[in-house]
Amino acid sequence: MDVRNCEDFVQLEVGNIVYISGTIVTARDKAHMRVVKLIKDGRIEDVPEEMFLHPVYHCGPLLKNGKIVSAGPTTSARMDPYAPVLLRESSCPVIIGKGGMGRKVVDLLKGRGCYLSFPGGAGALAAESIKRIKKVYWQDLGMAEAVYVLEVEKFGPCIVSIDSRGNSIYPI
Amino acid sequence: MVSRREFVDTLIELLRKAETELGEDVLELIRDAEKREEGTAKLILQSILKNVELAKENSIPMCQDTGIPIIFLDVGRDAELKFDIYEASREAVSRATKLIPLRPNAVHPLTRENSGDNTGLNVPIVHCRIVEGDEVTIAVMPKGAGSENVSKQMMLLPGDSERVVDFIVDVVREAGGKPCPPVFVGVGIGGTFDESTILAKRALLRDVRKMNRFEKEILNRINMLGIGPMGLGGKTTALSVLVEIAHCHTASLPLAVNVQCWANRRAFAVL
Repeated sequence: MDVRNCEDFVQLEVGNIVYISGTIVTARDKAHMRVVKLIKDGRIEDVPEEMFLHPVYHCGPLLKNGKIVSAGPTTSARMDPYAPVLLRESSCPVIIGKGGMGRKVVDLLKGRGCYLSFPGGAGALAAESIKRIKKVYWQDLGMAEAVYVLEVEKFGPCIVSIDSRGNSIYPI
Repeated sequence: MVSRREFVDTLIELLRKAETELGEDVLELIRDAEKREEGTAKLILQSILKNVELAKENSIPMCQDTGIPIIFLDVGRDAELKFDIYEASREAVSRATKLIPLRPNAVHPLTRENSGDNTGLNVPIVHCRIVEGDEVTIAVMPKGAGSENVSKQMMLLPGDSERVVDFIVDVVREAGGKPCPPVFVGVGIGGTFDESTILAKRALLRDVRKMNRFEKEILNRINMLGIGPMGLGGKTTALSVLVEIAHCHTASLPLAVNVQCWANRRAFAVL
C-alpha cells in the first residue's frame, strides 16, 4: 500500500505493509536531546519546523560527496525518553524506526499516528528510495546526528508495528 | 617480511569488503531462513537479501552503521613486521573512513566529541596474538551499536552451570527486536571477566554454519522465542550460536553473550 499524506497514517493497522512517498525527517539521539532542551527553554521556534510536520525517521545516514548512500533505521528504544516531547508538538505524529517503542509513545500515538518498522540494517535499500536531501539542520551534531529533511519515493517496506488504536507487535 | 604499506592496504581492502559484502557462510544461513519463513518475516529477509545485493553491486556499505572497527591479528612468531602495527591500523581506518566511506562513529565516551575518522583513544580496537609460523592472519570486524548495546557479561555462581543456556536465551529474549534479528550469538563461557568477552567476540569469526550439538540446542531454544526477523514475529530469531570455552576459577563462572546483527560483517586475509 502506498502512503502519501499524513492523515493516511492514522487509518493503518498493525501488520499493514506500506511504502511512503513524500517528506520524512531524520533525527536520532542528539537531535532529540536538543529538541527537548529547546522546548524546555521556551525556544520551540528554534526547532526545525519540518520535525513537527512530517514523519520522523530514527536514522543516522552515511553520506558520500553530499549524497546519502546508506540510511537504514537505528534502534528506536533509545529515543523513548525524548520522543514524547516531540510527538506532543507534532501535527504528524508518525515515527519510522526499528525495534519498537515504549508505553508513553504508544499512548501518544493513540488516535493520532503510528510507528513503522523499516528492515534494520537495510541501509543500501533505504538509500535507493531517497530521492534528494531537501534541507539539512544541525550539522554541528555530526554526519550521523544531524537532521536531514528527505524527499522519498516508495520508501519501504515499512511494517506498521504500533497503530493508532494502541496495538503494538512488540511487547511493551 | 610484511611491509607497512602492504599491511595498511590490506586493512583498507578488508574493511571495504566487510562493509559491502557478506561472507558466503552468513549469506547461506539468511537464504535458508528466507525459504523457511512466510508473511512479514519472509518479506524482511527478502529486503535484507536485496539490500546485500545492492551493497555489493554498488560497493556501498550495506548498513549505515558502519560500526567501530575491530582488528584481530595472529602474528606468526617468525613473521617480520618492522613498523608499529597500532599506528598503521589507525592510518588504515582513517583512510578507509574517507575512501569507502565509513560513517564517523568514534566519539569520546564522556564528552561525546566525534573524532571524525573512526579513530581515537584505543580505537581501532586491535587484538593481537603471537602464533606459530611466519604468516600474519588478519580479520576485521566492524561492529554496529544496535547489537553491541544488548550484549551482556555476567559473573554467575559456580552452581549456575546447568542454567547457562537459560541465561544465554534470556539475553536474546530481552534484546527483542533491538539488535536487528535474526542474530548471531557469540558466547564465551569461563575464563575471567575479560577473557569471557573476548571469547564471545572471537566466536563470531568462526564459520557460522558449523555448530556442535550444544550450540544447536541453544539455537533451537532461542528460535522457540518467536521474536523473528526485526522482532516482528517468526521462526528465525537467531541464525547461529557459536560458543567458546575456557577453564575458570573454581569459585567463578563468567559468561559473556555477544549479540551480532544479521550482518555478521567480517573479512579475512593472510599475509
